Amino acid sequence: MNEKYLFLEVYPDYIKLISKEKWMLQSVQKIENLLRQIPCDKKIVWDVSLIDEFDSAGMLLFIEYFSYFAAKTKVEIAGYTSVQKEMYDLLKAEHKSKEAISVTRKNRIENLGKKAVECYDDFKEFVNFSGELFAALLYNLFHPRSIRFKETVYHIYHSGFTALVIVSLTAFLVGMVIAYQGSVQLAKFGADIFIVDTVGLSIVRELGPMITAIVIAGRSGSSYTAEIGAMKITEEIAAMRTMGFDPYHFLVLPRIYALMIALPLLIFFADIMGIFGGMVAAKMQLGISVDQFISRTQEVVAVKHYILGMIKGPVFAFLIAAVGSFRGLQVSENTESIGLHTTQSVVNSIFLVIAFDALFSVIYTELDL
Amino acid sequence: MSVIEAKGIVTRFGSRTIHDGVNLHINENEIYAILGESGSGKSVLMKEMIMLLEPAEGKMYVLGENLQSINAKKAQELRKKWGVLFQFGALFSSLTIAENIEIQLKEYTDVSKKMRDKLIYSKLNLVGLDAYVGELYPSELSGGMIKRAALARALAMEPKLLFLDEPTSGLDPIGARNFDQLIVNLRDLLGITVVMITHDLESIFTIVDRMAVLADKQVVAEGRLENVLQSHHPFVEAFFKNKYTKERFKDKIKNV
Repeated sequence: MNEKYLFLEVYPDYIKLISKEKWMLQSVQKIENLLRQIPCDKKIVWDVSLIDEFDSAGMLLFIEYFSYFAAKTKVEIAGYTSVQKEMYDLLKAEHKSKEAISVTRKNRIENLGKKAVECYDDFKEFVNFSGELFAALLYNLFHPRSIRFKETVYHIYHSGFTALVIVSLTAFLVGMVIAYQGSVQLAKFGADIFIVDTVGLSIVRELGPMITAIVIAGRSGSSYTAEIGAMKITEEIAAMRTMGFDPYHFLVLPRIYALMIALPLLIFFADIMGIFGGMVAAKMQLGISVDQFISRTQEVVAVKHYILGMIKGPVFAFLIAAVGSFRGLQVSENTESIGLHTTQSVVNSIFLVIAFDALFSVIYTELDL
Repeated sequence: MSVIEAKGIVTRFGSRTIHDGVNLHINENEIYAILGESGSGKSVLMKEMIMLLEPAEGKMYVLGENLQSINAKKAQELRKKWGVLFQFGALFSSLTIAENIEIQLKEYTDVSKKMRDKLIYSKLNLVGLDAYVGELYPSELSGGMIKRAALARALAMEPKLLFLDEPTSGLDPIGARNFDQLIVNLRDLLGITVVMITHDLESIFTIVDRMAVLADKQVVAEGRLENVLQSHHPFVEAFFKNKYTKERFKDKIKNV
């Protein structure tokens, strides 16, 4: 063996192992491959005097193989410096303490149980949040002056007005798609004009409110969670509490009020854009003129349908803002949990919007509306 | 008269017990320190004093109010009487420094805008910050300036009680000593009672009047420095009677 880092001289009654050059982080893997090939059938004399430079990785490797050799045969160390000895003593102590720590792995059943308890705790926290929220709501009701108008207006602008473009574009495209898909089927029956019924009713009753709510859940629900979560991490919320500023009054309720005002307005706009999208598609695909489309819309889309769709607005808004704020307040003291809770917030609020939409459908059907 | 009194405080997080019968009392107009190793529940104890956490058992009296049976209205009044300096400032990041100091004055008092401005700049001046800092946002300040600005905010309502969570940690040595001097001045000039969590030996040996040492879930030593030094608890031995401390503060320790 004649290598860069390790040199082997074999004598009749012992092996002389000479280490040289740099025993450092970059070279330890190469050295270890060499060390593994050393035969342990005779006494080993390990000469370290030719090592130019070493670091703790090199020393740890030395310690590991020294004990490995020592377990099999007699080992003698030669030519070490006082610095090497000091480092050896330092790392040797570390080396020992590592073995004392036993790692316990969690099994699946334990994880399942943990998850179940987490879900239960989550639910308890939500009940607690709801209680505090309604207490604050009631307080606002009896003390209207305690409502934070300035913050509410700020959030109406940021979650309502600035969302106009994306909401109207989405609604326009959905209206168009409905008209396109419907026109193919309706043309088969020669019932072209019923495309107006399809677009008008589905947009106003169902799709307008739902599309708007889903866009807002992704846009504002997530930002509520991230904003409140970041304030939780910087202890701003704790600071607010010590100053007597209840976070429900200062952070949660303004967001809920703002969204409850902004979302119905956005839905109104989405309805217009959705029907407009359907009108464009009907003109292109079926040649229904704008006049025809509008007069037919006036005939079939009664105000009742518009109101039924609009009622969903404040309910969806409440769900999105409440879930967003709740998840934000749940954020604990690490940055990872902001991401986790933001994801949860969006997933939860979109699910709730769809679930409540289904609930509305059932109620409307049962009431023959 | 004691400003704060804790009687048999027990705190649990799940199955973990943090405090098991903590007793202490803090007198008016003194600088009181809470010491202990990390994880001994110093911050938790302070959070229980400022109603951010509730102990599982025991009684906590702050400014004569029993925090366990206080009603919402009295709690709100109490919150206006103290100032809290969080470890990392916890300034409202969406507001400027001036607005941070102003917010409580705006919410709780009918002081005019002109007077509020005067108060803001006198507070900034008191903590040693220039007037222009008022226009900046917290993200534009250095760590030391944030601590000072947060102290200015804590002083906004002219509190009689001030809670400081590691006021000198993260400051340079000169800044830390200036901050100590500032705390002493506030106590002397405004008659404030100061409760602080600290690890800073300089602060402990120079400005602190009385202290409580938290270890083994309890207060193992309480009182003036000389009383605490008489304790033979392992933490007290390690913290006060090591080679460095003995050498650095030999004249103070010798007096004992």
